[in-house]
Amino acid sequence: MKVFKKLVKDSIIHMTYGRRSYHIWMAVLTVLMLVGMFCYSLQLEHGLSVTGMNDRVSWGLYISNFTFLVGVAAAAVMLVLPAYILKDIDFKQAVLIGEGLAVAALFMCLAFVVADMGGPARLWHIIPFIGVFNFPNSMLTWDVLVLNGYLFINLSIPFYILYQRYQGKTPNPKIYIPGVFISVFWAVAIHLVTAFLYQGLQARPFWNNALLGPRFLASAFAAGPSLIIIALAIIRKFTDFKIEDKTIKKIALVVTVAAQINLIMLISELFKEFYAPTHHSESAYYLFFGLHGKARLVPWIWTAITMNVTATIILTFHKLRNNLNILYFACALLFIGIWIEKGFGLIVPGFIPGPWGKIVEYFPTLTEIGVTIGIWAMGAFIFSILARTGIAIELGEIKFKK
Amino acid sequence: MKKHIKKWFSLDLNDKKKKDDQCGCSGGGCNSGPKETKDGYNQVFDVNMNRRQAFKKLTAGLLIGAGAANASCSVTGDDASKEKSEIEWEEYFKGNYKLMSDEERDNTVDRLVRSYELRTGSKVNLSSKDAEPDVLFGYAFNISKCQGYMDCVNACVEENNQDRDSQMQYIRIHEMNDGKGLNFGEADDTYYHEVPAAGHFYMGTQCFHCDNPPCIEVCPVEATWREKDGLVVIDYDWCIGCRYCMAACPYDGRRFNWDTPEVPEVEVNKNQHYLGNRLRKKGVMEKCTFCIQRTRNGKNPACVEACPTGSRIFGNLLDPESEIRWVLENKKVFRLKEDLGTEPKFWYFMD
Repeated sequence: MKVFKKLVKDSIIHMTYGRRSYHIWMAVLTVLMLVGMFCYSLQLEHGLSVTGMNDRVSWGLYISNFTFLVGVAAAAVMLVLPAYILKDIDFKQAVLIGEGLAVAALFMCLAFVVADMGGPARLWHIIPFIGVFNFPNSMLTWDVLVLNGYLFINLSIPFYILYQRYQGKTPNPKIYIPGVFISVFWAVAIHLVTAFLYQGLQARPFWNNALLGPRFLASAFAAGPSLIIIALAIIRKFTDFKIEDKTIKKIALVVTVAAQINLIMLISELFKEFYAPTHHSESAYYLFFGLHGKARLVPWIWTAITMNVTATIILTFHKLRNNLNILYFACALLFIGIWIEKGFGLIVPGFIPGPWGKIVEYFPTLTEIGVTIGIWAMGAFIFSILARTGIAIELGEIKFKK
Repeated sequence: MKKHIKKWFSLDLNDKKKKDDQCGCSGGGCNSGPKETKDGYNQVFDVNMNRRQAFKKLTAGLLIGAGAANASCSVTGDDASKEKSEIEWEEYFKGNYKLMSDEERDNTVDRLVRSYELRTGSKVNLSSKDAEPDVLFGYAFNISKCQGYMDCVNACVEENNQDRDSQMQYIRIHEMNDGKGLNFGEADDTYYHEVPAAGHFYMGTQCFHCDNPPCIEVCPVEATWREKDGLVVIDYDWCIGCRYCMAACPYDGRRFNWDTPEVPEVEVNKNQHYLGNRLRKKGVMEKCTFCIQRTRNGKNPACVEACPTGSRIFGNLLDPESEIRWVLENKKVFRLKEDLGTEPKFWYFMD
């Protein structure tokens, strides 16, 4: 207990000191979070009518971001497997960052879900054993279980490792390896379950599609590690934490394969929708070409596809991929491309056209965008704190002194 | 008679064999098929579970809350506001209506009536009447007769205390083009002109009270369920507003309160049911209940009564003498999106 108290104290001290750029970064994030909180207070007061959602398109930017971030969280931990189990030393530095990213992404997921609720005050109704938990019928209850379980795993493993390091001990693999195994399976589970959330609705043909789950996984394993590469690049530049080129290149290989598989699945989906279009292809028509003159998502989805294809091509050529600056560029492209595609490119067309063919377009309001930016800032804030503390302990900058 | 029941009401999409086995029972009990048996089991199971949960919740709630409640009471001086905050407190921690005991139901009804009285000075008649035995409600819509007058929509809004600001409507009347068949894609459900318009015919949709409703399965907190008389209802105080049911409904039957619903006090229908037209709050789902406050007292839903053309027919599917049974047995009826296996209790027909 004494050690824990000291750890918290040391971490807080370490978090609040740093170079000027770190302070500016954290200050900017704080301001954005405050803006988000203000927007959310507006939403609490006036209800979800301050968002762009309505009875026809009843899920929007919040659920889109939630869906995408589940993928980021799931993918981060896929780096754990090679590091701890295959004893691949290259990945070890990346793992801590990856797990920190998973934790940050999960907090963002939960925040987006809460932001989307009509009655956040009544959320205790969903707590098992206190409220009524409609398990196993509702996929949403599955999602509550897997997301919180995953959060617990991803907090406890790095905490155990860092806690040992902090005291100058070596972590005992017998304790954390089983946890690592569970977390890898769990990572696949959280994303599949989230896909099933949509896939299981016979009312929405755009989602009711067996490829949705696998495609979620492929896009997640492209977007998540992309973000890790970018995070590693930044950390490498601004801290003494040593990350070898080899590590980044290895992660880039994961990204490449995932991006390629994702493209193949996209082609399969497009073929099914457009070769022999049925009534059920209308949502895809709306998304890619617009329907009856309504085409708000068309520029977005083509931007996303262009980004995805360009990034995948860049990554496929070894020469381009091995040039780190080009690699970072490709990763950023891929990340944004998938954010559009697996975010509102997936959620919004599910509601358009509506069950009776009505086309009502959706666009988020400023308040909604404010809350979204606030939550992203919160995620970045959490990640910064976790990464900074984790790195300091790994480097031995903070150590337990008796 | 058994044969008739199967004719209009069979879950023949999935488990044919099982249904035949179960239909050995007599008369009215036969209505359900395998799906409903499962529901019943679930309900019993959940009641047992929840008694324990409710107890736990209450103890925990009181422990945590005692301090806060006291504080709020002592700050607000007069008796009325004290009582109001006490009611709010009790209401916040109450359980799911489906799982409440009769006593708990009476208590929450009393609290809601009293709370409305404190706020507005007038009393409402809030019922918590259960489903009658041997009743299963069904609805039929005559496409040939409907002229698109929308009297049903107005009657529905007035009867069910829907939000006037957002002009929420449970019923949608689709103006279809002659010669195009039932083409919903080209139909207009927001028309505003003189009816009947030449070259058009009209068709209404609302909640179909499916016998296998996808919306109730997806609700994470069981805030929506199918009652014994077939009505799919919502506990407005238990709903957390996630809108998953809305995404799951293939018929656009559900509505959400994006803002605080407003009904001018003089227009409030004071004859209410807990699961029906009582006043809703911000951030919860609502939908057509076949006017549960009327139909459980032997009346027709407001839309049926208001329809000037007689295109709407409502009744008890288990009563062989009912008009709805006559329609189902003598007209060529059909339902929408039957391929989804939702088994709506809402049929269409033409003269």
